[in-house]
Amino acid sequence: MTIPQSQQIGNVKHLVAVKNLKVHFQVTDRIVRAVDGVDFHVNPAECVGIVGESGSGKSTLVRAVSRLMPNLRVKELSGDVQFEGRDVLKMSEGDLRELRRSRGFSMIFQDPLGYLNPTHRVGRQIAEALSPHGNVQSDSQRVQSLLEEAGFQEPNNVARSFPHELSGGMRQRVMIAIALARDPKLLFADEPTTALDSTVQLQVLQTLYRLHKERNMAVVIITHDLGVVAELCDRVYVMQTGKVVETADSVDLFERPKHTYSARLVELSAHRSSFRGAQYE
Amino acid sequence: MLRFILQRALYALPLILVIIVVMFTLLHLIPGDPVQALVGDYPVPPAYRQAIEEKYRLNDPFFVQVWNYVTAVLQGDFGYSYQNQRPVLGLILERAPRTILLASVGFAIAIPLGMTIGVITGTTRSATTDKVWTTSALVAYAIPAFWLGQLLVMFFALRLGWFPTQGIGPLVSRAHGFDWLLERARYLALPALAFAIHEGMRFARIMRASVIDTLSQGYIITARSKGLTRSQIISRHVLRNSSLPLVTIAGYAFGSALSGAVLLETVFTWPGLGLLMVDSIRLRDNLTVVGVVIFSAFAVILMNLLVDIFYALLDPRIRTGG
Repeated sequence: MTIPQSQQIGNVKHLVAVKNLKVHFQVTDRIVRAVDGVDFHVNPAECVGIVGESGSGKSTLVRAVSRLMPNLRVKELSGDVQFEGRDVLKMSEGDLRELRRSRGFSMIFQDPLGYLNPTHRVGRQIAEALSPHGNVQSDSQRVQSLLEEAGFQEPNNVARSFPHELSGGMRQRVMIAIALARDPKLLFADEPTTALDSTVQLQVLQTLYRLHKERNMAVVIITHDLGVVAELCDRVYVMQTGKVVETADSVDLFERPKHTYSARLVELSAHRSSFRGAQYE
Repeated sequence: MLRFILQRALYALPLILVIIVVMFTLLHLIPGDPVQALVGDYPVPPAYRQAIEEKYRLNDPFFVQVWNYVTAVLQGDFGYSYQNQRPVLGLILERAPRTILLASVGFAIAIPLGMTIGVITGTTRSATTDKVWTTSALVAYAIPAFWLGQLLVMFFALRLGWFPTQGIGPLVSRAHGFDWLLERARYLALPALAFAIHEGMRFARIMRASVIDTLSQGYIITARSKGLTRSQIISRHVLRNSSLPLVTIAGYAFGSALSGAVLLETVFTWPGLGLLMVDSIRLRDNLTVVGVVIFSAFAVILMNLLVDIFYALLDPRIRTGG
């Protein structure tokens, strides 16, 4: 795809380039500045972490970039969001659908049960991601291989299950299989392991990391857990009250946090691991 | 599943017994004299009174009457209607199909009507569309069905003359086959429409709330992220999931409609169970009243059972959970 130089706003080398993004919600009589002037980018095949406490705007940032905004009254949505040089915020619904059906971006969520349709079998939900008219019979091979890639040993049994028949970790793997269906260049993972048992957390993260490497797929992970960032991510953004307060290589963040808030997060995370080491839990 | 059905049926049995006893007791407590009602506005000759009381065992102790009645009902004998000079069961079996027909046609219109309006108002992004439809539905729902029936009669039957004003069919008919069907349909149209509009607006309101709730679910976000179109999302992910509350409400409503839309049947002189009930109460035809109530109780219990089964078919979580 060639784009005239004059129309390139972001750096085309970036897969995603966000400039001065603002997302403000109208909540009853006040305005919540969920995201307030954020610059952000993701390079191809890179793993980026976004950390920050609840309500710091991490999820909203990712939701706005992927145009999957929640049902809130949006007061302001402005800024530049480029995906491979195309402005995502200005895309029509039709273009957006095209992007989602081609090698664009996809997303997994904190609560996989709520994000799977309870009345459809898993196989059908994956087939639907492969093509809008996807059907379980004709696509069964591809559904199977997606489930295998997401780490299932017995993909056939899983495809025939309903979401409520699976465990939390399995549901998240199903979400991953759905997200992989269109071979995305970028996967947003919004607190993918927060709702899972700690043993399962590790397995799901390992799966994500393997897919990131195998597929050369860029991954953006939102998390509370700096340990996750240290293990997986190349770079990290620290967010607080709708703003990015620090961005650094993840190694640098741990060794030389610049912002006081980041320093506190790092300190707390170290504190918690020593807690675990002493087996007080 | 069979065990589930049998279990539910067993639970229903004591309920029906209680209903029979309570109905019987209540009717005995109401002041009035069935023999007098039978004779009309004349003094009752003592010999006649004695004959009637003996024939129908009206002077037996109350508990004996209840006991006799319950055992008879369990053997399929609902007693004899001395007003109609026929067995009550035969009377109910004659009237019930008409009420079932009216209710079925009414629901066959009401459910798609309610679902359509509910989905339109629930999914539209235009506030005006939502307000216009929601307000119209509310106004239509606020109109009592019997008055709506009278309005329909005044306009479509009296002014325009398209439909007959009342009844279930012509007294004498020579029509056959399709013509006969068409003739019957003309009599059915207005009561069914009045019924359907009232119930349909109720369904529309439930459906709208349910659609809005479904649209806020996470799996709708997932569906969007898959690149599905709006209509694909609505038909695959919204319709079925938001129909669940409607199944419950519509099932119960159908159950109670089978006992006859009393007012509507009166307005249209539709000789179903509702009209039978009204006439029997007025004439103190106690056995018929109790018979109709027992039939209604059966209908409601049966519909609840069907709702549970249908619900399980629509929602896999219940299927494996139960």
